[in-house]
Amino acid sequence: MWRITIKKLPDKKGYFGQYGGRFVPETLMPALQELEAAYSKTQKDKSFQRELKYLQETYIGRPTPLYFARRLTKHLGGAKIYLKREDLAHTGAHKINNALGQALLAKKMGKKRLIAETGAGQHGVATATGASLVGLECEIYMGSEDVQRQSLNVFRMKLLGAKVNEVNIGSRTLKDAINEALRDWTTNVRTTHYVMGTVFGPHPFPMLVRDFQSIIGREARKQIIKAEGKLPDYLIACVGGGSNAIGLFYEFLNDAVKMVGVEAGGRGIETGEHAARFAGGSIGVFQGCKSYLLQDDDGNVLGTHSVSAGLDYASIGPEHPYLRDMKRVQYTYATDSEALSAFELLSETEGIIPALESAHAIAEAVKLATELPKNKILVVNLSGRGDKDVQQVARIKGIEL
Amino acid sequence: MNRIETTLNRLKADNKKAFIPYIMAGDPDLEKTMEHVMLLAECGADIIELGVPFSDPLADGPTIQRAAERALKAGVTLKRIIPFVKKLRQRTQVPIVLMTYYNPVFKYGEDAFIKDSVKAGIDGVIIPDLPPEEGEDFIKLSRAAKFCTIFLIAPTSTKERIEQIVSACTGFVYYVSITGITGSKLMFEKTFKSHIASVKKSTDKPIAVGFGVSTPEDAKMVSQIADGVIVGSAIVKKFYEHPAGAKEFIRKLREAI
Ligand SMILES: Cc1ncc(COP(=O)(O)O)c(C=O)c1O
Repeated sequence: MWRITIKKLPDKKGYFGQYGGRFVPETLMPALQELEAAYSKTQKDKSFQRELKYLQETYIGRPTPLYFARRLTKHLGGAKIYLKREDLAHTGAHKINNALGQALLAKKMGKKRLIAETGAGQHGVATATGASLVGLECEIYMGSEDVQRQSLNVFRMKLLGAKVNEVNIGSRTLKDAINEALRDWTTNVRTTHYVMGTVFGPHPFPMLVRDFQSIIGREARKQIIKAEGKLPDYLIACVGGGSNAIGLFYEFLNDAVKMVGVEAGGRGIETGEHAARFAGGSIGVFQGCKSYLLQDDDGNVLGTHSVSAGLDYASIGPEHPYLRDMKRVQYTYATDSEALSAFELLSETEGIIPALESAHAIAEAVKLATELPKNKILVVNLSGRGDKDVQQVARIKGIEL
Repeated sequence: MNRIETTLNRLKADNKKAFIPYIMAGDPDLEKTMEHVMLLAECGADIIELGVPFSDPLADGPTIQRAAERALKAGVTLKRIIPFVKKLRQRTQVPIVLMTYYNPVFKYGEDAFIKDSVKAGIDGVIIPDLPPEEGEDFIKLSRAAKFCTIFLIAPTSTKERIEQIVSACTGFVYYVSITGITGSKLMFEKTFKSHIASVKKSTDKPIAVGFGVSTPEDAKMVSQIADGVIVGSAIVKKFYEHPAGAKEFIRKLREAI
């Protein structure tokens, strides 16, 4: 018997159990309250919802397909693998679901300017796209290490009219980009909306981003029932901040479906060079919320490593440790080399080049499908396309383009 | 009453304003920090803010970010700063306030942090990323230990928030003069005077103004409105770039207030 019922969270203070909250400088507190109020108004605003739906269908291209990966399934010889094709959403990843929603919201709030952090560049591209769609200025913060490994996306953002600021402090990756974006927001909060790219940061961001992303699971649930006449046995998604994962999982939380989140195992947990917050972290307060964090004994944040820029982050959205404590979602990790193998396997068997982030989810699907019998069904979130990673993979393989 | 309250009461009785400099503990090491504290005290600092270095100081501009990097490189953390103040107390009784992000305190443990701080002779703490609504336990524990909790008010704070914040403050109220991060240029917004006046109306507690005060002229202007003037980045920068001129610079700030 299935007995878990997951409450609708967060609570009034933005908590999922003991995780979440709002740990930011006072300058930003009123903006967060304003955002929370504006967001709750748009949820009841029929014309806002109509416009959002219209753009989801005609601009993003929703619903994205749920695709049965026949050749991959056959190759592995076990459970059936379905792919939720967020790679086919406009701009090439799930990030647009959130960025478009927040761009509309910011416009409604009368803001003039959007800012965002980006790791893989997908959220930066999505925010720049949202900004040009609704007619707002846009500035993106990106760590210089990520600028280098995701150079294609940097140029895309510029083409879309955004200014890209390289961040040259700290580890020069996603967390440093978030620090800089928060500093910009603190300075320009009256005119600017910060488009947080994942289910992280101070309340209401983890809730609001989840809500915009939960369309993934709402579609997938209908699609799998139509295709198979029943619910799947497993859902699998990669977890950076955790937005594509929660986006897929949310609609299924009270169903008898197992869920697996896949973090970045980097060069292996024992090397310390990874971004597996559950395998190597502890509870901490970082960049606006309480959650799991890779930190030292003094509470300073540790450097992380992943082949995938989008998973290379020291903390994780606060709803995830809650779901883990409730034993509702299980978290594991895939290493760089497992993700790279999955990247090639999916390309060769299905003609789909996945984002390196999504390749972590594929790697877990490969393991699980192999162990499970043929009548089991897996749904994997293919959160993005891999075009942005092609140069990086060539570099790793020592191939000059 | 602890050292902060005693000092501020005395200044008030004398119709004087407080000079509150900030330096980063451990920049470039704790021996130098000891010298800097003694110099500040000798030049007439009324309260000294000691920064605790953190890997991700999101409310700070480049000057304090770099100072934190230098201090972390020297291996200085909260665990070393608390005993450092204990040692400092053998030489000076100037009130000491720590300025730290919340995670180092959370990791140390709120209760242990407060108890150890008080034992070492630290008088209070400013935690820029801990708003009062997240600090309910922390405030309770601090009250019991007579440890000052100083929260920040920003130019964006609403009336309701101002009331909530001043009631959570002991020692003094920290008014952030600009919408921005530390080390920004001081540019009084049009509403500055009326906003700070509304803060004054809501409390009798002393109000110190900081963020962006970088010259003796700035300090003078601010001292005409507030009960105390906080100078951070400009002093950190002076000690780092031009230590020989630090004493004179600090003297001038003191005289301007
Ligand atoms: C394609 C893709 N998948 C996954 C992620 C990880 O983010 P999240 O965990 O929020 O889905 C990113 C982030 O950049 C991404 O670009």
